[in-house]
Amino acid sequence: MALSGSGIVKVRSLSDRKNSMRGLLYISPWILGFIVFQFYPFFLSLYYSFTNYSMLNKPKFVGLKNYVDMFTRDRNYWQSVKVTFIYVLVAVPMKLAFSLFIAMLLNMRLKLINVFRTLYYIPSIFGGSVAVAILWRFLFNRDGIVNQFLSTFSIKPIDWLGSERWALFTMSLLTVWQFGSSMVVFLAGLKQIPNEIVEAAKVDGAGRIRVFFSITVPFLSPMIFFNLILQTIYALQEFTAPFVITGGGPLKATYLYGLMIYENAFKFLKTGYASAQSWILFLAIMVFTAFVFKSSPYWTYYQDSEDSK
Amino acid sequence: MKHRATKTLSYLFLALLALFMMYPLLWLLASSFKPNQEIFSEMRLLPRVWTLQGYANGWTANGQYTYAQFFLNTFAMVVPTVIFTLVSSFLTAYGFARFKFFGKKVFFGLMLSTLMLPNNLIVISRYLLFRDFGWLNSYKPIIMPSLFATYSFFIFMMVQFLRGIPRELDEAATIDGCGSFAILIRIILPLSKSVIFSATIFQFVWRWNDFQNVLIYIDSVSKYPLALALRMSLDITESVNWNGILAMSVLSLVPPSLLFFFAQRYFVEGVATSGLKG
Repeated sequence: MALSGSGIVKVRSLSDRKNSMRGLLYISPWILGFIVFQFYPFFLSLYYSFTNYSMLNKPKFVGLKNYVDMFTRDRNYWQSVKVTFIYVLVAVPMKLAFSLFIAMLLNMRLKLINVFRTLYYIPSIFGGSVAVAILWRFLFNRDGIVNQFLSTFSIKPIDWLGSERWALFTMSLLTVWQFGSSMVVFLAGLKQIPNEIVEAAKVDGAGRIRVFFSITVPFLSPMIFFNLILQTIYALQEFTAPFVITGGGPLKATYLYGLMIYENAFKFLKTGYASAQSWILFLAIMVFTAFVFKSSPYWTYYQDSEDSK
Repeated sequence: MKHRATKTLSYLFLALLALFMMYPLLWLLASSFKPNQEIFSEMRLLPRVWTLQGYANGWTANGQYTYAQFFLNTFAMVVPTVIFTLVSSFLTAYGFARFKFFGKKVFFGLMLSTLMLPNNLIVISRYLLFRDFGWLNSYKPIIMPSLFATYSFFIFMMVQFLRGIPRELDEAATIDGCGSFAILIRIILPLSKSVIFSATIFQFVWRWNDFQNVLIYIDSVSKYPLALALRMSLDITESVNWNGILAMSVLSLVPPSLLFFFAQRYFVEGVATSGLKG
């Protein structure tokens, strides 16, 4: 992909200064948008997190009080942290494993692969929509189709959404069901694995499992890395499902972090407090991403060391 | 022989799995044509009695507004957002992909970092900002940021794509006397059809499905997009009037589905290029 022949470089350097202004001109809408809609709100929310503020009156600086309250007084907070953790730990690995499995099946040279790929992708285009959340409520209703199906194996009806034990899991299933984009990412990665390497390994007597762990996984590690970060960040922010399907219940069993921030900010109007909570979420995401990035040289493998310009 | 057997098995498995994955949606579609008493009473997928009662009842929503209004509202919000996103993101991506300028690395790094900026973090202060602008209870909080390329995922996606277009084409056009904007319009744009389609589809579907933002910003029922209308229907549905809400759910999924079927190639390409190539 690198096309910088020496002739081209010379032509480019002639118009460097002009280019510089032009480049800035082209990205200027973004610079403006970034400052007004992202950078400023970002620091504003940091400021709010140190204030007692309810949207209606003026913010009053209270130092670390919001953070201290959150960690020491608010029982709902730890409940939310707990269920969010469980949710991420269940939903994300399940989704990645499932999408990798399907991608590998689809990567076999079969006809109709495109048809299957399309079918498997369909649930993902509705991801996060209210319609699908409503559908989930119906499917996992006590008298719903899932329990009816299970009853044919004489399994007693399960209260999927009404019991503390199952509600979070039911929500995770909705997440896993939308595995399409991770699948496509994996599929693209699988296509890049040189067939000669797999064949050579087979000639050397490697079995399927060996090929999977010694060739497929190392080759796919950048995609695993990408999907892991992206899906974790998405999952940490899940909002529509708990809001529409369970309202966070029963007994806060599905009180995911995104829902908690929303309720504190817009229902109880505790703007400062909710901002502090959102900052903890942000820090958690940063720590997680930094950890994955730092650890990635040990477990990701890149085919070529082509730098990103 | 063995090879063939494996293939047949794989097909069978893939087909069964596809059916399993699609079943919830099939159930949704079929149940929207059932009378209410049939919906929870048995496992049979197809209705015994076909009825459009759900569509008729659901459409009138709360009596004051129909779903015609909610569909129009959704389009009025989503279509400008998509167009503005495309234009502003493409210009920005062009700037990043093709020019050297002061602070480029920093800007690009900042742009990438906003990909990981949780919406939850800025949504509260943005709300207050938009309140001061007088934008609450309108579509401006959704539309205006798209004018300024703040959906940075698309910039990233387009930069990745533009890097794959050989620079020699630009250079040749420069020598022929084309300015940078002419290059963008005449050379780059025609080659970028696929990434533009991908971005269109993604942004359309995401904005169409978006619930959290519209929940925060839009109050009056007359301005409700579908996501809010559906939730309202769910809240006011009496305990047995199920087919209405199911029917409206089906209808709300039609536009994204149509887009997906007509342009699914770009969908898949979009996912594949956004995170990988480069």
